[in-house]
Amino acid sequence: MSVELTEMPFSIPKQELMEPGNTACHGCGATLSMRYVLKAMGKNTVVSVPASCWAVIPGAMPNRTLDVPMVYTPFAATGASISGLREALDLQGKEDYNVVGFAGDGGTSDIGLQSLSGAMERGHNVFYIMYDNEGYMNTGVQRSGSTPYGAVTTTTPLGKDRNYKKQPKKVVADLMIAQKVPYVATATVAYPEDLVRKIGNAKRINGPKFIQILSPCPTGWYYSPEKTVEVSRLAVQSHMFPLYEYINGTFKLSKPPQPIEVRKYLAAQSRFSHLNDAEIEEIQSYVDKRWAELQKMERGSGQPTPG
Amino acid sequence: MIKTVQKYNAIMTGNEAVAIGAKLARVRFISAYPITPQTTIVEKLAEMVANRELDSRYVEVESEHSAMAAVMASELTGARSYTATSSHGLLYMHEMLHWVAGQRLPVVMSVVNRAIGPPWNIWSDQTDTMNQKDTGWLQVYCESNQEALDTILMGYKIAENRDVLLPLMTMEDAFVLSHTSEPVNVPEQKAVDDFLPELDLSFRIDVENPMGYGSYSTPDGPFMELKKDMSDSMDKARKAIKKVTAEFAASMERDYSGLLEEFMMEDAEYAIIASGTLASSGKYVVQRMREKGHKVGLIRIRFFRPFPSEEIRNATKGLKALGVMDRSMSFGTGGNTYLEVSSSLYGQGYTPIYGFTAGLGGRDVKIEDFEEMFRVMENKEPGRYWINVRGAD
Ligand SMILES: Cc1ncc(C[n+]2csc(CCOP(=O)(O)OP(=O)(O)O)c2C)c(N)n1
Ligand code: SF4
Ligand SMILES: [Mg+2]
Repeated sequence: MSVELTEMPFSIPKQELMEPGNTACHGCGATLSMRYVLKAMGKNTVVSVPASCWAVIPGAMPNRTLDVPMVYTPFAATGASISGLREALDLQGKEDYNVVGFAGDGGTSDIGLQSLSGAMERGHNVFYIMYDNEGYMNTGVQRSGSTPYGAVTTTTPLGKDRNYKKQPKKVVADLMIAQKVPYVATATVAYPEDLVRKIGNAKRINGPKFIQILSPCPTGWYYSPEKTVEVSRLAVQSHMFPLYEYINGTFKLSKPPQPIEVRKYLAAQSRFSHLNDAEIEEIQSYVDKRWAELQKMERGSGQPTPG
Repeated sequence: MIKTVQKYNAIMTGNEAVAIGAKLARVRFISAYPITPQTTIVEKLAEMVANRELDSRYVEVESEHSAMAAVMASELTGARSYTATSSHGLLYMHEMLHWVAGQRLPVVMSVVNRAIGPPWNIWSDQTDTMNQKDTGWLQVYCESNQEALDTILMGYKIAENRDVLLPLMTMEDAFVLSHTSEPVNVPEQKAVDDFLPELDLSFRIDVENPMGYGSYSTPDGPFMELKKDMSDSMDKARKAIKKVTAEFAASMERDYSGLLEEFMMEDAEYAIIASGTLASSGKYVVQRMREKGHKVGLIRIRFFRPFPSEEIRNATKGLKALGVMDRSMSFGTGGNTYLEVSSSLYGQGYTPIYGFTAGLGGRDVKIEDFEEMFRVMENKEPGRYWINVRGAD
């Protein structure tokens, strides 16, 4: 079953748990992600954040822009941190606290994958939000496992050998489905109602929940800061970043109403500006293949069972 | 010397003793990852939780780094938390050790001292914990299964003292304590409850009073002040250690006499500093030599952090020579205890100091080896010596 993105009712809570004063770059997609996540979660929330842009965005000690308790944790440890928080809070009768890990793609797809996988496998009642800006941005735009094929980063510089990233994106949400995590979804900041609705669905599940939010980064993707929402939307329309929801074994894919060629998405960001026609074609066929696989997956799956 | 009114009521290994110590301390949260020779501690605790003998959450994480990360998070909620590890597991935790200390969390951890590879070696030495001496954790080396149990109880009380608020690791030697049964006195739960009140962490996580735990600081922010406060608290811990060991002696009738133990030091001319079970062997040798008329003694270091510098200065006054035994090596300089003792005695008048590296990777330190150390002190120049090693001059 597909859901038309345009038919979403306006559903974003008014409550603000993020105060002004963030130190993020202008147009930071990751900041929008946190804002919507907190709106959807509400005040009874503890957030754990590893080394990443988000360890810096809320400000230096003693200032802090978030109105929820924030547990900073080492880079590799988000999954373990939320495991400890959840179990210790439950023991004290605080089952009503939302325990949320909020980690970057590097902290999730690379150094934190073991800790994430362990936490999901143990089945704690936690949310793990991966804000995906497709690179190690806090340390100056290096390649991560989640960086897409074709992108130039500071550790995959073009150079004389056209040394852009040659491997496709490792999609952690797909790994989480393979691990049969009860709730897995992808989302992005251009579709905030969809994001908030997904967190609402996730909240009804007592168990581990994983949501990967594409969070465009003007600084690392080399586009102008006012284009963040546009780039986010192009990623979905071009099928570069498909939006889906997987609930207890049932998979559904959001079909963007006006699909576009990947070329249009790539052209919006300078990290892909070196790509020639053949390389763009290669990306297009990779994206088409993955889209077909996802559609097949949806056909093979039963009806969704949100609560 | 340690005064004990022994009332043994059980026989158990060191690992069983620390597991029972954790249970008596009513730890609410345990997270651990198995490694020889720590495994039987966490197996025992898992069993206690499964049998509802212990009202605690047990999280079987996928690594030691995660074990300590989970413990940090749970302690932040105000739950008294515990873990145990050894050797490579402890090194794998290293980053987290700084975090737990920096978050000012009074976690207690048991470490079974085991060598670091390569080559792989599961036997005892202190390289693992010596590598953690700069993390902001209090460190206690135990000599018996009884002390291992009691140190968990005293450990939480010292760590949770408001002037301290730093984590504490307690050590037992691989196999010699961890897997060897000894008579132990297990205190009554009621006596422990009277001695050790529930944890009341003033800065625990609360959505009604949202705070940041960790965050970041610029060079002109509170960073350096926070580190100084840790350092001051480590110094204040000396007083807390003495207070808590005295309270423990009053209620449990076992007196661990503070940061170190002096053995036959009154009129000693030659003495050896040691820690862990090697100190017990050393005491035996000292006693034998005393019977033959040699004026020898031994100092057993219990607390390596905070380091008992003042106590060592007082205990070593008037010695003709001091030997410092190390079961670890800081390559390119010397044994870790040797370095600390040397710096403690600097400028105090000249006591010749001999550094003895012994017992690495579980190598036996025999009676003859101790006698050899005393002979070296009488006949050779001060310096660094390897004991019972092939290829030494
Ligand atoms: C153990 C460890 N290794 C490396 C780092 C350095 N480091 C800090 S943030 C970061 C990149 C984070 O990337 P990501 O998780 O994608 O978050 P982003 O900065 O992109 O928001 C790195 C490599 C660290 N803090 N800890
Ligand atoms: S580098 Fe990117 S993710 Fe980081 S703060 Fe700037 S815009 Fe946001
Ligand atoms: Mg990133």
